[in-house]
Amino acid sequence: MAGNEYVVEVRGLSAGYNGHAALEDVSFTIEPGCLAGLVGPNGSGKSTLLKVMLGLHKPWSGEVRIFGHAERPSHGHVGYTPQTELVDWTFPVTVMDVVLMGRYGRLGLVRRPGSRDRALAVAALELVRLSDRANRRIGELSGGEQRRALIARALAQEADLLLLDEPLAGLDAPAQHDLLRLLEELRKEGKTLFVATHDLSCVAADFDHAVLLNRRVIAFGRPADVFTEEALSEAFQRHLFVLPERNTTMIGP
Amino acid sequence: MSEVLDLFREPWTFEFMRRALIAATLVSVTAAVVGSFVILKGMAFIGDALPHASFGGVAIAFALGENLYVGGGIAALLTALIIGFIGRRGIVKYDTAIGIIFVAGFALGIAVASRQQNYTGELFSFVFGNVLAVSWGEVWLTAAIGALVLALIVLFYKELLFTAYDPTMAAAAGLPVGSLQYGLLALLALTTVIALQTVGVVLVVALLVTPAATAQLFTRSLPGMMLLGAALGATSSVVGLYIAWYGDISASASIVLTATGLFLVAFLFAPSRGALWGGTGRT
Repeated sequence: MAGNEYVVEVRGLSAGYNGHAALEDVSFTIEPGCLAGLVGPNGSGKSTLLKVMLGLHKPWSGEVRIFGHAERPSHGHVGYTPQTELVDWTFPVTVMDVVLMGRYGRLGLVRRPGSRDRALAVAALELVRLSDRANRRIGELSGGEQRRALIARALAQEADLLLLDEPLAGLDAPAQHDLLRLLEELRKEGKTLFVATHDLSCVAADFDHAVLLNRRVIAFGRPADVFTEEALSEAFQRHLFVLPERNTTMIGP
Repeated sequence: MSEVLDLFREPWTFEFMRRALIAATLVSVTAAVVGSFVILKGMAFIGDALPHASFGGVAIAFALGENLYVGGGIAALLTALIIGFIGRRGIVKYDTAIGIIFVAGFALGIAVASRQQNYTGELFSFVFGNVLAVSWGEVWLTAAIGALVLALIVLFYKELLFTAYDPTMAAAAGLPVGSLQYGLLALLALTTVIALQTVGVVLVVALLVTPAATAQLFTRSLPGMMLLGAALGATSSVVGLYIAWYGDISASASIVLTATGLFLVAFLFAPSRGALWGGTGRT
């Protein structure tokens, strides 16, 4: 990634399903080593954007450059954690099995994970503080532990950019706090994180970059600059009210 | 004491019972391993559809004087392909596509069979199964196909596991998810073909689903589920054949009902997850 100013560079991106646009002329950039929020109401195209970035959904037009490359370097570099509703928690796999899956893309067909793959998985579990849960069935974990296990899988992939789809949703306050602290640690390790969420207050308080999305990009940049009353009411269209109060922004549902 | 042992030995003094035992065990082991994927992916309906559709191929092969297994295999593979293709197009719902295709295949089989003047008995042994009539040639064919299916699952275990567990992430990691999903359907089709002679079109789905479902109550990993499922499938075959011998009932029915009985016992008494301990099946 030498000489690249941006980890993510999206230009004039449009995409959708069966002729219905989910994203229109989306452009934004994300700098390296940044904890960035992707904020928008339900149905604003957040998941579609992440899928296009992963190379899972073909855009109608526009381009996505990741580490300066327009073609998707599918294995490695880009890690992803899906929305937890999309994960089958009843599947008979252990936490270790799931984290090891992060290595599968790099291994190629038929080859089995070796000692280096195991070492990376163990290290990833240690980083997310789940070492003592390695041999549990994935469904036995608590909500917060499940998110951390999925993040460990992305880390085992040795990804430098992590795309997280709604990792904060459905967690209680202490678990949210734990997860945010983990994201902060990963940012300090040099990872770039792009977190889809509709939790504005977390992004406003803890993130250093925000993309405000509602089919189009309403604004992007520092959260303080992005979350203006005008931009928010445009994005959420009266689904919430905003109380500007001197230097802070109060946000309520 | 030796009289009791003689009771256990007696069925296997007959060659056709030994053949039946080998064929039934091979089939139920293979079916339990493939069946683990079938129940984890909620594919039981396809597991029922492929054997039914393959009957169309069996009947056509019979009318043309060709090999019945080849006919059934081609029909099962074609059905798997068509169902996969229609399902991926997203115009018709997956289970609707299955419902349309497999009944058509089965109806075709009945139509062709109804035009045959003789030997409909042989054809209908494919519908209800007749493991006591398998030949050594069929036992070898079963062994070869079973070994191929199991070898492919061991070889591509990592890919099949990842695709079954999290297809989105598997695709993002660069795995050929579409090919793997078709591949799994093809393995299912092959398993279907060797199960036809043992339990017949109507009961194949029981060998796929029941032993694997019983095993799932006890294990936390997929390999554990496959191994235990295979053991339960083999046990059902042995016990089922004893019941068939001494009770003078259809072998296919007694094998399937034994597997069902094992499931019921496990469902009620499985540690921590059994219904009697108030388990929810979630943990």
